[in-house]
Amino acid sequence: MNAPMVKSEGVHKSFGSLQVLKGIDLEVQRGEVFCLVGPSGSGKSTFLRCINHLEKIDSGRLSVDGELVGYRQHGDKLYELKDRDAAKKRREIGMVFQRFNLFPHMTVMQNVIEAPIRVRGESADVARARAVRLLDRVGLSGKADAYPRQLSGGQQQRVAIARALAMEPKLMLFDEPTSALDPELVGEVLDVMRQLAVDGMTMIVVTHEMGFAREVGDSLVFMDDGIVVEKGHPRDVLTNPQHERTKAFLSKVL
Amino acid sequence: MTDHKHADAIKAVPVRHPWRWVATAVIVLLLAMFINMAVTNPNFEWNVIGEYLFSSKILEGVWATVWITIVAMLAGIVLGVVLSVMRLSPNPVLSNVASGYIWFFRGTPVLVQLIFWFNLAVLVPDISLGIPFGPTFVSWDTNSVITPFVAALLGLGLNEAAYMAEISRAGIQSVDEGQVEASSALGMSRTKTMRRIVLPQAMRVIIPPTGNEVISMLKTTSLVSVVAMPELLYQTQQIYARTYQTIPLLIVASIWYLFLTSLLTIGQFYIERHYGKGSTSTQAPTFLQRLRRNVFRFHSPPPTPPSSTLLDAHGGVR
Ligand SMILES: Nc1ncnc2c1ncn2[C@@H]1O[C@H](COP(=O)(O)OP(=O)(O)OP(=O)(O)O)[C@@H](O)[C@H]1O
Ligand SMILES: [Mg+2]
Repeated sequence: MNAPMVKSEGVHKSFGSLQVLKGIDLEVQRGEVFCLVGPSGSGKSTFLRCINHLEKIDSGRLSVDGELVGYRQHGDKLYELKDRDAAKKRREIGMVFQRFNLFPHMTVMQNVIEAPIRVRGESADVARARAVRLLDRVGLSGKADAYPRQLSGGQQQRVAIARALAMEPKLMLFDEPTSALDPELVGEVLDVMRQLAVDGMTMIVVTHEMGFAREVGDSLVFMDDGIVVEKGHPRDVLTNPQHERTKAFLSKVL
Repeated sequence: MTDHKHADAIKAVPVRHPWRWVATAVIVLLLAMFINMAVTNPNFEWNVIGEYLFSSKILEGVWATVWITIVAMLAGIVLGVVLSVMRLSPNPVLSNVASGYIWFFRGTPVLVQLIFWFNLAVLVPDISLGIPFGPTFVSWDTNSVITPFVAALLGLGLNEAAYMAEISRAGIQSVDEGQVEASSALGMSRTKTMRRIVLPQAMRVIIPPTGNEVISMLKTTSLVSVVAMPELLYQTQQIYARTYQTIPLLIVASIWYLFLTSLLTIGQFYIERHYGKGSTSTQAPTFLQRLRRNVFRFHSPPPTPPSSTLLDAHGGVR
């Protein structure tokens, strides 16, 4: 099946009178690393949150893996999904946050096995075995029994990635995963993401790491003020931006 | 460079605290005067206190007090947490019901509520189960359902729930929104998120004031003597109504209340320590360790934890 993993057509979203997304059109192909860049407040986080239905869109159409997000279509009528059904769809989409958001009252291992056990109803053994593999993959096999606070920011973010992967998602959303990190810790997180890209994961990455976007990204979208200003291959957009706003933004971050 | 192993150990005269010694001396003196008065004043009737402290009536009262405290507190906690979750729910029906409940029970004195429950039979002579406005299936005489114990439980428990709801709400709101977001993103339902992620973290904020609530509940149980519930104060009153040894018997009751609240304070300490896990990189000292440190603080203050730990300890709170 070659349908795009994410398809967004004219997506609008407002908070009260503040229009944050003003018609987003884009497609994310399977296996693609899709980078989303733009100034603060341009609506990048909001768009990611719409994709896994943490926010409800006001108009337009948003689908993941061919299915509408947050709605069920029956004939030509749309029905809002119940909380439980929306939660079910979120399982298949992993999300990694700027501030890690690990569960502080649980050990690293418990963080990783919580959702597989509670949500997918896996046995502790199965969940644990996968967690061991995943922690090894992100280079933290020795830290299973540590609590999040005992880890560095880079380690915490790698645990967060392992936690998201434990649900075996078909799509991963990264919201500025390295922005809260000390510069010397950024590399270890990007390495894990790079490996994930090599393994063929579909990823949408909001980032200010232009080096990563250029090297790993397959497409790049520049968003400003709730619209897509420019999109293309990262190399092209970054070296030869077409729009004034893109140029102005890039001159500041590059 | 140097072969001095302790080259970097600081040797300094520690800060002295002469006024602490003076204050201690004054307090010891006052205490001695008080004890002397208490021992020599015959009105205290120490022999009477000794005679009744472990008498069966008093012990029954102690037991009843402990029992009501536990049951009313459990009811209050469970109902209070449910109310707080309702209050924060996006469902306006639930949140308004919870607000109304809290408004009512916090706005009326618990003593009035107790007497009200005890006299429920005046208002509704019997309690029946059935279809609203339709046939009834079973029916009971209210007076046989609302025994003094049930009245005490309803009065104290329902009232406590209103306070626990506020405490629990503060706890839930203290948990970082990112936690709910991460949990939802993993596909956890609202209820699972609440139970597995939010409430355990809210506990750190909920537990300390709950400890105070338990202690205060233990003392508030004395109010249920008005509905003839034979708890500690009621039993004490029964005895001195007969013997007129009012003061010594009130001292007996006070000794028991003090003993029980002291136990609770120690228990509260350990529970707080338990819920602190994961929030600080080092564990808080145990009760005994802390006691020992406080006793020896005259010489050198206990080592303060690094400031980052202190920050961490409160990081989750605000
Ligand atoms: N829940 C909300 N309620 C009200 N306004 C919101 C909410 N979430 C986001 N906004 C507003 O929407 C706008 C876009 O926010 P968003 O977080 O999507 O921007 P962003 O591109 O991710 O920016 P940043 O780079 O700072 O993360 C901002 O003006 C923000 O204040
Ligand atoms: Mg953002």
